[in-house]
Amino acid sequence: MPDLSTTYLGMQLRAPLVASASPLSKRVDTVKRLAAAGAGAVFLYSLFEEQITHDSLELDHYLSYGSHSYAESLSYFPDLEHYNIGPASYLDHIRRLKDAVDIPIIGSLNGVSSGGWVEYAARMQEAGADAVELNIYYIPTDVQTDGATLEATYVELVRDVCAQVTIPIAVKLSPYFTALPAFCQRIVAAGASGLVLFNRFYQPDLDLERLEVVPRIDLSTSQDLRLPLRWIALLYGRLRADLALTSGVHTAQDALKGLMAGANVTMLASRLIIAGPDALAELLSEIHIWLVEHEYESITQLRGSMSQRAVADPAAFERANYMKALNSFDASPT
Amino acid sequence: MANWITIDGNEAAARVAHAISEVIAIYPITPSTPMGELADAWSAQGKPNLLGTVPTVIEMQSEGGAAGAIHGALQTGALTTTFTASQGLLLMIPNMFKIAGELSPTVFHVAARAVASHALSIFGDHADVMAARPTGFALLSSHSVQEAQDLAVIAHAATLAARIPFLHFFDGFRTSHEIDKIVPVSDETLRSMIDDHLIFAHRERSLSPEHPTIRGTAQNPDVYFQGREAANAYYAACPGIVQVTMDRFAALTGRHYHLFDYEGSPDAERVIVIMGSGAITATETAQHLAQHGEKVGVLRVHLFHPFASERFIAALPPTVRAIAVLDRTKEPGSVGEPCYLEVVAALHEDRARGGALGTQVTSVIGGRYGLGSKEFTPAMVKAVYEEMAQPQPKAHFTVGIIDDVTHLSLAYDPTFTIESPATVRCIFWGLGSDGTVGANKNSIKIIGEETPNYAQGYFVYDSKKSGSITVSHLRFGPQPIAAPYLIEHADFIACHHATFLNTYDVVDPIAPNGVLLLNTPFGPDAIWEHLPARVQQIITERNARLYVIDAGKVAHATGMSGRINTVMQTCFFAVSGALPRAEAIAAIKHSIAKTYGKRGEAVVQRNFAAVDQTLAHLAEVDVAASRARQTTPTMQRLVPLVAAIAPAFVRDVLGVMIAGKGDTLPISALPVDGTYPIGTAKWEKRDIGTELPVWDPAICIQCGKCTMVCPHAVIRMKVYDEADLTNAPATFQSTAAHFTEFPDKRYSLQVSPQDCTSCSLCVAACPVKDKTQVGRKALNMAPIDPLRAAEQHNWEFFTALPEMDPATLSRASIKNVQLLEPLFEFSGACSGCGETPYIKLVTQLFGDHMVVANATGCSSIYGGNLPTTPWTANRDGRGPAWANSLFEDNAEFGLGMRVTLDQQRDFARELLQRLRGQLDAPLVEALLGTEQTTPAGIKAQREQVATLKERLAPLTTASDAAIANAARQLLSIADTLVRRSVWIIGGDGWAYDIGFGGLDHVLASGKNVNILVLDTEVYSNTGGQASKATPLGAVAKFAARGKAQGKKDLAQIAMSYGHVYVAQLAMGASDMQTQRAIQEAEAFDGPSLLIAYSHCIAHGIDMTKGLTQQRLAVQSGEWLLFRYDPARAATGQPPLVLDAKAPSVPLEAYAENETRFRMLRQSDEAHADELMDAAREAVQTRWQHYQQLAMVAPTPQEN
Repeated sequence: MPDLSTTYLGMQLRAPLVASASPLSKRVDTVKRLAAAGAGAVFLYSLFEEQITHDSLELDHYLSYGSHSYAESLSYFPDLEHYNIGPASYLDHIRRLKDAVDIPIIGSLNGVSSGGWVEYAARMQEAGADAVELNIYYIPTDVQTDGATLEATYVELVRDVCAQVTIPIAVKLSPYFTALPAFCQRIVAAGASGLVLFNRFYQPDLDLERLEVVPRIDLSTSQDLRLPLRWIALLYGRLRADLALTSGVHTAQDALKGLMAGANVTMLASRLIIAGPDALAELLSEIHIWLVEHEYESITQLRGSMSQRAVADPAAFERANYMKALNSFDASPT
Repeated sequence: MANWITIDGNEAAARVAHAISEVIAIYPITPSTPMGELADAWSAQGKPNLLGTVPTVIEMQSEGGAAGAIHGALQTGALTTTFTASQGLLLMIPNMFKIAGELSPTVFHVAARAVASHALSIFGDHADVMAARPTGFALLSSHSVQEAQDLAVIAHAATLAARIPFLHFFDGFRTSHEIDKIVPVSDETLRSMIDDHLIFAHRERSLSPEHPTIRGTAQNPDVYFQGREAANAYYAACPGIVQVTMDRFAALTGRHYHLFDYEGSPDAERVIVIMGSGAITATETAQHLAQHGEKVGVLRVHLFHPFASERFIAALPPTVRAIAVLDRTKEPGSVGEPCYLEVVAALHEDRARGGALGTQVTSVIGGRYGLGSKEFTPAMVKAVYEEMAQPQPKAHFTVGIIDDVTHLSLAYDPTFTIESPATVRCIFWGLGSDGTVGANKNSIKIIGEETPNYAQGYFVYDSKKSGSITVSHLRFGPQPIAAPYLIEHADFIACHHATFLNTYDVVDPIAPNGVLLLNTPFGPDAIWEHLPARVQQIITERNARLYVIDAGKVAHATGMSGRINTVMQTCFFAVSGALPRAEAIAAIKHSIAKTYGKRGEAVVQRNFAAVDQTLAHLAEVDVAASRARQTTPTMQRLVPLVAAIAPAFVRDVLGVMIAGKGDTLPISALPVDGTYPIGTAKWEKRDIGTELPVWDPAICIQCGKCTMVCPHAVIRMKVYDEADLTNAPATFQSTAAHFTEFPDKRYSLQVSPQDCTSCSLCVAACPVKDKTQVGRKALNMAPIDPLRAAEQHNWEFFTALPEMDPATLSRASIKNVQLLEPLFEFSGACSGCGETPYIKLVTQLFGDHMVVANATGCSSIYGGNLPTTPWTANRDGRGPAWANSLFEDNAEFGLGMRVTLDQQRDFARELLQRLRGQLDAPLVEALLGTEQTTPAGIKAQREQVATLKERLAPLTTASDAAIANAARQLLSIADTLVRRSVWIIGGDGWAYDIGFGGLDHVLASGKNVNILVLDTEVYSNTGGQASKATPLGAVAKFAARGKAQGKKDLAQIAMSYGHVYVAQLAMGASDMQTQRAIQEAEAFDGPSLLIAYSHCIAHGIDMTKGLTQQRLAVQSGEWLLFRYDPARAATGQPPLVLDAKAPSVPLEAYAENETRFRMLRQSDEAHADELMDAAREAVQTRWQHYQQLAMVAPTPQEN
């Protein structure tokens, strides 16, 4: 009977499959189903500070718009007793989930102001979150902002948050850093207990018929696994931080690859959105079967077993990988 | 401080009503709507009544329905109430007779309002209450906000004891909307006032199968009369019960009321009898005059019915010699108005009893005042006393107007004032959109509840829904404020938009040494030169202090662009001295947190920032130095609001109204029957736009979509000859016309800069994108200021270009139809209105032969609220003839028009046959046989009718009397031989709810009418109450938790008849389908029902995205596009054609863009999810159902 448990951010998790930040975590009953399916932990959907500000201003604008202008219609909407504008509903949700399930609940935060990051992280801790994921992304559009400045901002932010909270902090990053390992090292040095690799941005698309820029929200596929897989494999054993792999985990094999590359946990969102929360149980079962069939005793045993440090050909994870592929192609019959 | 609250009259009454009721049936009608809204909101919040249970509040389909529900609730033993006014009260009257006849205790709270006669008025008088006199309800009058609360308690208590139902009323707007500092009635007082045993007795009389009775019998001549008299004792006892109740209330609160309260000189010889807010004005004036030695007084009437004659006589001072009874109503044809008649009768009866007063009073005169919220001031009261002192006073008079026809009006001295110097009086001029009124309501609350001062606020609104101007009147001071009239002399005037100084007499009321606060981009060193000379003169003569602030700049810097309310409110407190500055700022911030806190921290913080940054930008102007510095003269006169070339009536009558001086118009200036000319909106240039659409002819494809969707008909297109460009202004743009029919013509698209509201729907509709920069279109918004002068010149040139002959133009395409002149233009509807484009399109297609029946609502307000109307005529003088009857009867109103026109047409055809021998046979045949289904046919018929009239003229004097008579008859109705298109237009509140019964009947009638339902899915005009058109999941007033039921499928109900043309439209989703459906409806020889999706401000959307929302509504399946044509069924085809594809986007993609859906999610996400799930399912079910219907091809019916 292989041991499926793992550790992440200092927490003992019963399984290495974790629900990634997604709309699935918005409902208590869904989180219950995830827990029942065997999820090791649940990352909540992200709390966006910018969204909070926007919602607040937008609500005020439309409730005020057109009011007190015409004698017969001094307003257009009932004044509801309360609105869940601000972090209150998110924090309440954390509390409800903590009461509802016995697996770790990890808040996810995207801020815009330095004060916002710190305040909301602290409030998530107060609400009972077991950890907080800082979902940091910034699209640099200013030609005057260089990479060093941007990276320094990230590091400063992590340091500020870590100084204010006592629960573990994980940082979710994008792959678009010039020297990712060095940057990850700085993030860890600033206090992060874990890294979540990688954030998948929603990339805009162009509608050629309507000549419009349109948002595209594509769910991941197993093809997306390879980018985080490489970097997990590269970073494993090089940082004093836990690693979580996210993007492209759809099958038991995907999850096993991530774990063997070095991830403490592998995270799922698209697969669960497509197949429902109960699919997590199927994956766990398949992982279990694979471990049995391949005579592994535990997740710990296989974790990092195919990291760059562990494989026979470490260069396979480096640029030579491309060269080798190219050479293979050249050598193939035509 | 805790012993005071600052609220308006509606809230004062509603608090009591909610606390003492178990069942509340409501329906929105101005100005009583807020009472129902408050009651609904309190129950939604779980606020219990004094019995400890939360009252059930139910919205009905009409006031008639509300009264019926109240009646039923009473029968089953509920403590029940309702709120209404005006036409609503009239609809309740049948049930009121029943309720009173059955001695059922209830209270109807009425914000008294004028009843529509020659015109609708939403404003206050007592016509509605007086119409309810014979019902048997007791009529109890409150005169102030405090009384609206106190007498509400007394009414609820007294009705239980007396068993007579009460109508408790107070003046619409003047009291219902006036904010005052009052002493709240405590729960303990309420509890003490309501006797449980009376509640139990009421319940014991209720219908119960446990002890069954029968009520509502039909009675024969033998006993009906006696039965009617059987309750006399209750009416006899009622006044005494009311007084006992008032005494009990006094013992609990110290506020002592009587059926009749006398104030003034104890030895008064001249006494005014009056009720309503005017009684406060009269009292204040009488006290002032008495202090100056005049023997005058006022008898304020509280319990008008049952009229307690002996108590009335007893309440008069023994010295009274002359009485003037002032009624706030008019009963044409009566000897006098209701209160006058009661007083005369009471005195007569007293005289008959040998009473001294009945004999001693030698003069009783009656006057009308204050109709439709006409101002009633101390000066007018003084004039009444002066008239009473005349040897031969006018027996019947009016006051407050100039009657130069029947000479009934009293002259008065408008400079007479009695206002206390201890009261600070402030006037604020603002725009509806800038938050001025909201800020002032906050200020009044701050002063009323944070200081020992008394405070009063009253607000005057525009009749326009876009670019509307508001004027706030605030009083505060250490003494109680009893001045229910507008401020005439102000210590402080704030002008929130300096441009008002150029067009209105903003500064005129400023008192000596007063303060003027201006929002202007000019600083303290530069403003003086930019003030009109007249303003400079007043400031100088009255030694006024002048402050300036660039509020727009502060608001922009703090992220509150456009909303200068917080900035100006801070300035008011800083300058007025109502509170020490630090305290004022703390109070403002406290108020901000209280008002906006639940909307989120960001809103609060931005408002705080605005407060903090304001004082640094506020500056006092050194007037003396400014005057000394000025070297060049400034503008001497106010800018005329109406062009000098306007028709005389527009210039001299409507123009006076536009200038805000309609009060000065004498009776002779006004039509006697409420008939006004059309085509007047074009003379009311409001200049409210900030940006204009700028046309790029190089990429324009001339599709006409922009002109089609323009809600205000300010962007138009024309095709014309090259030669017409002679004398074109240099900036006038023209390009080759891309119309198959007009290969060698020129084309122009032009905007009227003075009429554009900058809604930008035209840009949203433009399908063209610049290939080198896709963000640009063929129309792009640009700041108006640099363009205004040139574009005005261009507009004038453009309007002078020839119009297309409608008879020769093919109407198959959008672009061709948009070449037709709109006969609905420049309305005051909301900027970006979703309704008006449909109306405008109908006028383009059929305007020259349309008769319109318009239901009361938004469309009757932007269509027919004085001073001007957007309905207009073409260059031949022909255009839509428009009338509004009521809210509830519009379908029947239009049917009456149809039946008449058909009758007259048929009679004309009969007469043609009779006169066949005297007229040319070919002419008669042509007149009888011309096909008028096309514009060309109509034009031909018009020409034939013109010929007919020429031929008839000599026949009218024929020697043969029969021929002469027939000729005269035919001459008078010959025009009905030309096709008349009857359009019945209204909103969903009318069609789905209050007017549904009539609409259904008209559909069933088979008559050829076109019914256009402008479906905003909510009662828009009264502020967003739910109707049966409100969709599942949407939040609306009276549906604060989101509408739990689905939208009524009105179309399917109509389709069930089988003989009705039915279509659902959404112009933003398919303009071609809209146009086609309208054309098919007109062509269909029978009833047609067009249900048009109309985006609305009450949806809480970015109005520039209105068309996008229409498209999303269709794409998500929330709104179906289809046409049901019975003519197709007759040929064996499916009559229903779906014009939209299956839902292709999630419902959320549509709903999440609208506050009405989104706010529920922000308030109760789980509940929002439940409703959205249900809505999603409903969308799918409806689509599948319609899909099946669209496949059903009935067997053609024979005959």
